[in-house]
Amino acid sequence: MKAAAFYDVDGTLVSTNVVHVYAYYARNVPTLTGKLKRSVGLAASLPFYAFADKRGRKFFNDMFYKNYADITADRLHVLGEELFEKIVQKRIFRDMVELMKRSRAEGYAQVLVTGAISQMVRPMAKYLEVDAWFANELEIVDGRATGRLVPPVLAGPEKAAFVRRYAIEQGYDLNLCRAYADSASDIPMLCTVGRPVAVNPDSNLRATATAHDWPIIQAS
Amino acid sequence: MARPRPRITRDPNIEFIDDKSGPRVVHYGTRFREVSLPRGSRVIYPNPPMEPLGNVKAAIRYALNHPLEADPLYAQLRPGMKLTIAMDDISLPLPPMVLPDIRQLILTEILELCAKNGVDDIHLIVAVCLHRHMTGPEVRRMVGDKIYNEYWPDRLYNHDAEDLENIVEIGQTDHGEPVRLNRRAVESDLLIYVNVNLVPMDGGHKSVTVGLCDYKSVSMHHNTRTMHKCHSYMDPRPEKSQLSKIVDRMGRIVDEKMNVFHIETALNNDMYGPALKHLGKHESRWTEFDRAKFQASNAVLERVPEAARRKILESVPAPYGVIAVAAGKTEPVHARILEASFKQYAVPVKGQCDVLVAGIPFISPYNVNSTLNPLLVQVMALGYLFNFYRGEPLVKKDGVMIIFHPCAEDFNRTHHPSYVEFYHRILSIGTNSYDIHKYEKEFAENPDYIQMYRKGNAYHGVHPFYMWYWGDAGRAWVGKVIVVDPENTRVPTQLGWEWARDFETAMDMARSYLGKSQPEVTLSHAPPIMVCDVEA
Repeated sequence: MKAAAFYDVDGTLVSTNVVHVYAYYARNVPTLTGKLKRSVGLAASLPFYAFADKRGRKFFNDMFYKNYADITADRLHVLGEELFEKIVQKRIFRDMVELMKRSRAEGYAQVLVTGAISQMVRPMAKYLEVDAWFANELEIVDGRATGRLVPPVLAGPEKAAFVRRYAIEQGYDLNLCRAYADSASDIPMLCTVGRPVAVNPDSNLRATATAHDWPIIQAS
Repeated sequence: MARPRPRITRDPNIEFIDDKSGPRVVHYGTRFREVSLPRGSRVIYPNPPMEPLGNVKAAIRYALNHPLEADPLYAQLRPGMKLTIAMDDISLPLPPMVLPDIRQLILTEILELCAKNGVDDIHLIVAVCLHRHMTGPEVRRMVGDKIYNEYWPDRLYNHDAEDLENIVEIGQTDHGEPVRLNRRAVESDLLIYVNVNLVPMDGGHKSVTVGLCDYKSVSMHHNTRTMHKCHSYMDPRPEKSQLSKIVDRMGRIVDEKMNVFHIETALNNDMYGPALKHLGKHESRWTEFDRAKFQASNAVLERVPEAARRKILESVPAPYGVIAVAAGKTEPVHARILEASFKQYAVPVKGQCDVLVAGIPFISPYNVNSTLNPLLVQVMALGYLFNFYRGEPLVKKDGVMIIFHPCAEDFNRTHHPSYVEFYHRILSIGTNSYDIHKYEKEFAENPDYIQMYRKGNAYHGVHPFYMWYWGDAGRAWVGKVIVVDPENTRVPTQLGWEWARDFETAMDMARSYLGKSQPEVTLSHAPPIMVCDVEA
């Protein structure tokens, strides 16, 4: 293959995000008190997460993934599968599936690059039959998540650096590569490739895409 | 060499410039420019608007009940049948007409007939081909509230040339050209096509064969080989237009395999509303009031920003009048409508010119409610204004075109996303269509552009190539194009043209290029549209 199409996942391929994922987990804690604690905790923290996201995706990730502390690795795996079947699969943008099909037919390798955690991304990658996928890994110690991510954390500029490294390793021409994202936090990644595309962009990404004549796609 | 003597003419379409002549007004995008032509220059004016039909509804009913070489429409309708009605899109007419749109009037008559005859499986399809999908409000304006509220969006929608599951190949011509059309239209017991004819290129077999096809089918004739064999696009005779020839043979497959009932209409050229009526008159016949109106409107347009200028001009719909309606089989209907169209548009002209002067207006078929980007300026100059002839081109071989347009590097990203890449990337590689057409497939199959065409309001990814091919015949014929007073000089350069700060300098450049101190100069005072029947 001559080039790759890199896709952010949350908001770009699916209408879910990391908060939805954690909310699902919180609802499925086996004990009532645990369920309440995690759900109420999440609801109370939402304004803080909104602020954290504005400060930077890496800062948001550092804060948000602390919620996963103490969850066992096998439970995360099971929840990832369940979450995909019950929630995520229904929320995949059909337009993007069609787009990926056409992109593959053009000879582009299909690659997911996301800040979500691997347990949640694996089933989707399988479903979409992508050529490669890269997600964040929760640090696991003694079979339990510590709430920290294994560095380097895929977010913002690190995603861009990763895409560049990966394309060079694979011998892809970055000028021909495409990247798809919905959020301004992915502008560095979009700037790395020759053909950036904004998908259902937030206002900051829309402004950037408009200023630089990047295609803007509305997907549903 | 002696200066050409001013000639006196009784021809209502022609004026020659003499020492007493005032300046002529030309379009300059959303503004106007007054140009003082050299003495002896010829100005060609369109015919005045023909008297419209007194009762359009009655004419429609008559056409439906007395079709050409077909049974009356009511006789073709029966309960339980599957009926599809396709119609021309927003590219016709230009500017959009004063309401009610002629399509609304025709659809209303057809749907009333359907109701009386128990036909209820009806789909209405806007035949956009690879043009942008029309928005809901645009469709509402075209078909009226009643039809829109009843049918949109489930049974009134835009054709999708990339919905490949719903494209069917109905056959191939003896030249191997596949005819691939909208499945709903193909599988209907009856397909009715509602057309609006503004230029002679519209209507006929083009309506169904192009309007409802996919990229594979349209690429059979929208290519540089075909365009180079057209003299001109506005002359529908097959020996003159390879485009018409191919479309006609593909269209005959449609008529063989499908039951198609055409309704065509011809409009007069009454395109200026009351506020701009003076622009349709010879300047020498302007009253003081006309001049005051022009100066006032010009002063306003010069002082407001470009977006506001466009809004002002777009807010003035054209008071077009319907001059003919015909229904029935494709070819006789089209012949009847062309006859009426040419009565309106044809202007007899004796002699070609060395220098053709023209103003480019703010609107083209491809930028309704949008900006006229550089590629569209190119298509207006070399694709349309150059091609408004039958017989010989108005300008001599290797002559000069001097055009007026500000040439801003301004693109509408929603409507023309692939134009941006074409303009910056492809035109930097080359301007010869034979060199650049190898990139066509890449644009046509680009999944991003396909998505923006299907789910947004973007022209298909391949469309900028077609716009460039559209200019091919003109580019091959004209020796030089000079843009007067471009605001962004990079635009003419990127298009392979030259530029001059004012008309006098442009004329000096033309004289130098032609090696003539007194070239024959003609100003084509279009729009409104005219087709010059040029006798060399």
